[in-house]
Amino acid sequence: MTTGEKDFTPVAKAQPPRSAAAMPALTVKNLSVYFGTHQVLKNVSLAIRARAVTAVIGPSGCGKSTFLRSLNRMHELVPEARMEGEIRLFGQDIYAGNVEPVIVRRRVGMVFQKSNPFPTMSIADNVTVGLRLNGIRTRSVLAERTEHSLRMAALWDEVKDRLHAPAISLSGGQQQRLCIARALAVQPEVLLMDEPASALDPLATAKIEDLILELKKDFTIVIVTHNMQQAARMSDDTAFFYLGELVEFGATDKIFTSPTQKRTEDYVTGRFG
Amino acid sequence: MAIAAETTRTSALGEQNLAKRRFGDRAFKWLTLLMALSVFVLIVLTGYQLAHGSQLALHKFGWRFLTSSDWDPVNEQFGALPFIFGTLVSSFLALLIAVPLSVATAVFLTELAPQWVRQPLTIFIELLAAVPSVILGLWGIFVMVPWLREHLFPALKSTLGFLPLFQGPIYGVSMLAGGIIIAIMIVPIITSVSREILRSVPGLQREAAYALGATRWEVTRIAVLSYAKKGLFGAVILGLGRALGETMAVTMVIGNRPEIAKSLFAPGYTLASVVANEFTEATTDIYLHSLFEIGLVLLGVTVLVNGLAQLLLKTFGGPGVKPQQ
Amino acid sequence: MQVLTFTCALLVVAPLVLVFYHLVYSGIGAVSWDFFTKLPKPVGETGGGMANAIVGTFILLSIAALIGVPIGVLGGVYLSEYGSSKLNWWIRFWADVLNGVPSIIWGMVVYALVVLPMKGFSAWAGGIVLGMMMIPLIMRTTEEVLQLVPNGYREAALALGIAQWRTIVQIVVRTALKGIVTGVLLALARVAGETAPLLFTAFGNRFWNHNLSDPIAALPLQIFSYAISPYEDWHRQAWAGALVLLLLITAINVSVRVLTRDRFHK
Repeated sequence: MTTGEKDFTPVAKAQPPRSAAAMPALTVKNLSVYFGTHQVLKNVSLAIRARAVTAVIGPSGCGKSTFLRSLNRMHELVPEARMEGEIRLFGQDIYAGNVEPVIVRRRVGMVFQKSNPFPTMSIADNVTVGLRLNGIRTRSVLAERTEHSLRMAALWDEVKDRLHAPAISLSGGQQQRLCIARALAVQPEVLLMDEPASALDPLATAKIEDLILELKKDFTIVIVTHNMQQAARMSDDTAFFYLGELVEFGATDKIFTSPTQKRTEDYVTGRFG
Repeated sequence: MAIAAETTRTSALGEQNLAKRRFGDRAFKWLTLLMALSVFVLIVLTGYQLAHGSQLALHKFGWRFLTSSDWDPVNEQFGALPFIFGTLVSSFLALLIAVPLSVATAVFLTELAPQWVRQPLTIFIELLAAVPSVILGLWGIFVMVPWLREHLFPALKSTLGFLPLFQGPIYGVSMLAGGIIIAIMIVPIITSVSREILRSVPGLQREAAYALGATRWEVTRIAVLSYAKKGLFGAVILGLGRALGETMAVTMVIGNRPEIAKSLFAPGYTLASVVANEFTEATTDIYLHSLFEIGLVLLGVTVLVNGLAQLLLKTFGGPGVKPQQ
Repeated sequence: MQVLTFTCALLVVAPLVLVFYHLVYSGIGAVSWDFFTKLPKPVGETGGGMANAIVGTFILLSIAALIGVPIGVLGGVYLSEYGSSKLNWWIRFWADVLNGVPSIIWGMVVYALVVLPMKGFSAWAGGIVLGMMMIPLIMRTTEEVLQLVPNGYREAALALGIAQWRTIVQIVVRTALKGIVTGVLLALARVAGETAPLLFTAFGNRFWNHNLSDPIAALPLQIFSYAISPYEDWHRQAWAGALVLLLLITAINVSVRVLTRDRFHK
């Protein structure tokens, strides 16, 4: 699929349904990331299935956050960041010379560990900020997207009567769901989540996990988590990283019950990490 | 839930927006860079204008300008030594008075004062920092100088009159008055910078001293002050920089006589004061150029002193130190 | 030792108390409706006021803000959001040195740059010199405030595909707006009391200023010329002017404190 590569517009059809034969959402080939002279990721290759949840696990410092950020070119914000290899989004090279990182990030959204709704804006404004600051100002479109995104984030019923309240008046869990709604509003194809529930209490965490299971019907989700039970519960595929290398990647059931690598087995059984 | 129509998405990602956005990024970066570079423009402009504006004096007098005491507009002879003397002496006096007071106050604020006193006292000192020079000068002329003339100076003369410093006629307006008023002006900044420096001394230092059985004052002296020595020195230099450039308050109480005298009771004149007083009266070109040269000298001295202060504070100052104001 | 340092602290605070006491004591008598509304009377006559000086100060501050705020804030944005660490170190260093340059020298520079070509003193010259003094001040306070904005907001905005310049302007600056405004107010309070640079730029005016290219009165200038004059009535008016000026400056500083006190953090 080479059409639309000039300005990186997505090919005009919805994501393919999930099946083994369908094109993967993201294809990573021989990815290495360096910060200065320090190599953080070593030769990573895998394919992330569309409309599925892929979990990225591993002990601290194994490079899983860097891996996640290389999928939407956010690692470039670190000075002296360098990458080698290739990453394709539905077949299109996201690091091609003429591709703007900004465009990639609209198709590959991100939710962060610490929820960060913009403090000077209301709930509704937070949801639509990605649209408004990219030139979409039609009120009807914004209103429809606001409701749609908040429903998808399972937040609509809780905030529909106070859309103009400040975003920071929400609880921690609600703020995180607001951030999810904000990311969904720009209609990405892939949603990256960097330990989205690690700062939340168990009740809020459960809500987020249910939300993710709902979202995967329409989006491809890649989630970094240090909580292995969470990974086992929610994901379809799992990637295990260790010291910058992809040790093993495959269906979650297999990784957790019969991994092929000893290091994987040691990690998932809690022998280290 | 079906994904909404593609149309709005593709229009947002259209090629036009791309070009606009790239331009926006680059234009904004260059705009802000240009504004930031204005700092260099300002400093170069200042140096150039002063050098350019003092050409005649530089050529006519050369180094004699700095060594001659003859400031005679009528005969077109200009020597800046009295002003250099006045600036240095008044600043030195100011430091002599202000530094012990400021450092002691800073120590009091950070180490020894009860909690309830700290905030109000800090606010007071910040308010003092905000008092404009001319207002302090006003108070200086009508309140401080008469008091000095009638009370402090005679007392000093009778007790310390054997020193040439405290001999001679008492007018009130004097070098000492100038020094005192500069001291009042620089105390707030030395105090607040010193306070920040003392606050940034790690608690571990104090704890170690306490653990050895030191009293509160000993802890302050051993653990805090000696650790903060270099930073405090930077604060003092910063105060010196302020003192050198003080204009209005000094002009109003120093007497404005271009003479070098031994007594602190005698009137004096500083580099900044002579410019303030005589700039609009400078009728001849050489007069004006001589005043510009005085400005050049003042600029050179304050840039050097302030540069040194900045280096010291940036190296030894600790994170909270903000050397502006 | 505690007593000794406490005494020092008292000595430090004493001048402020004395100054304020005298301002009120000597100046309050002359602060009248006339003071705020009338022009100075001819030399030797009593009465009159400082209306033109008060208005003049506001005009000069307005011109100064027009120059100082855009350059200072945008420069501060550069220091915080862009730039190499080496270049930024030098810019910061020279900005801090500039903050220590005696204000009278700024006056001399603007005299050469503006007054001489315009062949006369003017409100423009006065506003320009105050504006130039505000630039390094505002640049540093803006930079500091922007640095306090958590990086998470920048990342969140960029992850939404928002362009970098929009992220800075509509997210980062907007979040830090209160801090930027307080920095501007503090800079205004600082230059409002400056006399020396105005001596040969704005120069002062006994009448209303009708044209910004003409000399203009300013509160600190008026205080100074009245203080060194031989007339009792003018001395009283100088105290009154000083009281008004100090109240203005204190009001700005207090409102800054109030603004920075109510910060909501979650």
